[in-house]
Amino acid sequence: MDLVLSEDQELIAKTTADFVKRKSPIARVRELRDTNDPVGFSRALWNEMAELGWVGIAFPESVGGAGLGFAELAVVLEELGRTLAPEPFLSTVLLAGQALLLAGDEAQAAAWLPRVCKGEAILALAHQEARSRYDLSAVETRAEQAGAGFRLTGEKIQVLDGHVADAIVVVARTAGGPGEAKGLTLFLVPKGAAGLTLTRQARVDGRNAALVRLDGVSVGADAVIGARDAGHELLTRVVDRATLGLSAEMLGGMQQAFALTLEHLKHRMQFGVPIGSFQALKHRAANVFIELELAKSAVMASARAVDTDAPDFAKLVSLTKARCSDAYVLAANEGVQMFGGVGMTDEYDIGFYMKRARAAELTFGDAAFHRARWATLSGY
Amino acid sequence: MSDLESFRSETRAWLEAQCPPALRGRGGSELEGVWGGRKFDWGGHADQKLWLERCAGRGFTAPTWPRAYGGGDLAPEQAKVLAEELRRIKAPPAVIGFGLTMIGPTLLAFGSEEQKLEHLPRIARAEIRWCQGYSEPGAGSDLAGLQTRAVLDGDHYVINGTKVWTSSADEADWIFALVRTDPNAKKQEGITFILIDMLTPGVSVRPIKLISGSSPFCETHFENVRVPKQNVVHKVNAGWTVAKALLGHERTMVAEAFGAGGGAGGKRGTLSERAKHHLGNENGRLADPILRDQLAQLELDTRAFALTMQRAKDAARAGHQPGPESSIFKVYGTEVNMRRQELLVRIAGPQALGWEGPGFDPEELATTRDWLRSRGNSIEGGTSEVQRNVIAKHVLGLPD
Repeated sequence: MDLVLSEDQELIAKTTADFVKRKSPIARVRELRDTNDPVGFSRALWNEMAELGWVGIAFPESVGGAGLGFAELAVVLEELGRTLAPEPFLSTVLLAGQALLLAGDEAQAAAWLPRVCKGEAILALAHQEARSRYDLSAVETRAEQAGAGFRLTGEKIQVLDGHVADAIVVVARTAGGPGEAKGLTLFLVPKGAAGLTLTRQARVDGRNAALVRLDGVSVGADAVIGARDAGHELLTRVVDRATLGLSAEMLGGMQQAFALTLEHLKHRMQFGVPIGSFQALKHRAANVFIELELAKSAVMASARAVDTDAPDFAKLVSLTKARCSDAYVLAANEGVQMFGGVGMTDEYDIGFYMKRARAAELTFGDAAFHRARWATLSGY
Repeated sequence: MSDLESFRSETRAWLEAQCPPALRGRGGSELEGVWGGRKFDWGGHADQKLWLERCAGRGFTAPTWPRAYGGGDLAPEQAKVLAEELRRIKAPPAVIGFGLTMIGPTLLAFGSEEQKLEHLPRIARAEIRWCQGYSEPGAGSDLAGLQTRAVLDGDHYVINGTKVWTSSADEADWIFALVRTDPNAKKQEGITFILIDMLTPGVSVRPIKLISGSSPFCETHFENVRVPKQNVVHKVNAGWTVAKALLGHERTMVAEAFGAGGGAGGKRGTLSERAKHHLGNENGRLADPILRDQLAQLELDTRAFALTMQRAKDAARAGHQPGPESSIFKVYGTEVNMRRQELLVRIAGPQALGWEGPGFDPEELATTRDWLRSRGNSIEGGTSEVQRNVIAKHVLGLPD
């Protein structure tokens, strides 16, 4: 597929950009933080995004989606990422939503995906634990057979949007020990289940997350998503898709951070001239620009690789996340430096981008993790 | 069958019949082509000569140029089909060089009818080899500061001065040069673009040896060289416009060369194969974890760059104007190549220290020389610093 936006995709980008401008300025993120909003995003805006078709953009029409692809979803996420829109795309559409789409049975898909597309249901994926870092097989949470069903015990960390999720997809061990790929199973746990405790966490970047504690939570056999013990492969596919989605969001954020920085370089006067006339800063700005262009190409290529089911998708995702991690951190760090003293103040927005850049870098694997994965997938 | 598909089948049949079998499978690399020119010794190159004559006869050496100028009159999409069919049988280009890639397109845009008729067919038939007279000892990044003088004397310009980094001037037949025709005008406005036959009395050439041991570069001197005034391209004192257009062709060519070379280490195996050879494996991984990480980084850089070049091409095919991404090609393509050469040296370790003679295999010796040569990549054709200035000013809109 060509690395260029089609006319329809251009239109989606423009519509989303207009929406972001009118309804989702970064001031909204600041306000949600400052008021300690219990939800942490806007349910009203989430419903609007669903009505505009964005929430279900990459889901098939059979479950109420628009039947488009990740190329289109990436365009939406990039625009929303420009102002760090906190609505639950990552948790609901890209993590739990993809698990249900890729491996859910008919009843599971029918119960949840149409409601997701309508904006009525929030979902979350609980996979990460205190000691797992980026290793998807490092799971200690246990699922013990109990009659026809299972009892889940363990603790998950930083479950995105877990505090308001209507159901949580939990990764637990049905066989083997921590670090073993075999023996993982995904379970669908509805909110309110006995023994399920959700505790909201506060993150540096304001992204909504929760601790999820499972004290012998009972689920039926119909809670299993996909094949028992074979959850690692499914989880890898899901997290790869989410990593691409996060990268698209990061692409929007890094471009916005750079745009703010460029404006500052053009207007901030020192020594009687705009500081953007200094070659030391010009060259650094050019370096950031180069990295952003390369990151953009990578995001576009991986999004198209999902849609065409390309065999090198996993490698492309690692390429993309490595580049986006480095480029976003570079753009944000350079931004704060070039803003100077005011860049360190909470009053200026550039600091929001620096926090998000670092948080996104450390989500789903940093650049070094993905370079190592690239090497492994390349046979060295 | 569409017109394009029938063109493809015709072309395929023609190539099957006309491309000498000995040449097939040798293409893919520009380096396999011949440069031609008056001084080229065709002895031992009978197949290439035949291939050149056949391609030139059909207009395939300059496929998109008009027939009247020795081209094939092909539409861009037909030229793309031809390139695909050439790649399919891995045929080398019949001729390569600055004639086809730099002065040819420049003459098509700016040359007089007489100049096009005189020079373009001879480029297409590889009869004339061209070199470039831009830089001077005192005019590098500040190209517009050039001092080579051209003074009108009757029907001729009399040229005095020195050009440097004239690639292959010792093998070239003609040079396209920038000369100063008005020393009193603002520096960009007193420059003229002129074509000079290297056989003209007063032209002398001295090769330059680089830190890598040899080089195609020369220094070219002009002492009272008389050049007919009809050899001026475009208008007198308007040479800067022509020069900038030609630099655009040059940077595209450089980027394509480095973009195409990405990923693999060329004839000497892929980077990871060479790394395994020198570093060894432990549990299926390169034994040195730091170099493994650096190799992965380089592969990511290379792939991301190739994807960006593809993005620019796809956008152009979709009818978009060139986007800002194309401004990064020269600076990034060359700097990736330099990192690649440095990594290859680190991977080879002490075996990369050979200059010549026993104890080093040809691959190792080439690694050393390629590393040294690559240090010029960020200097030649517009330094990385100048490229970054251009990005800052023209793409990012930062003030002077």
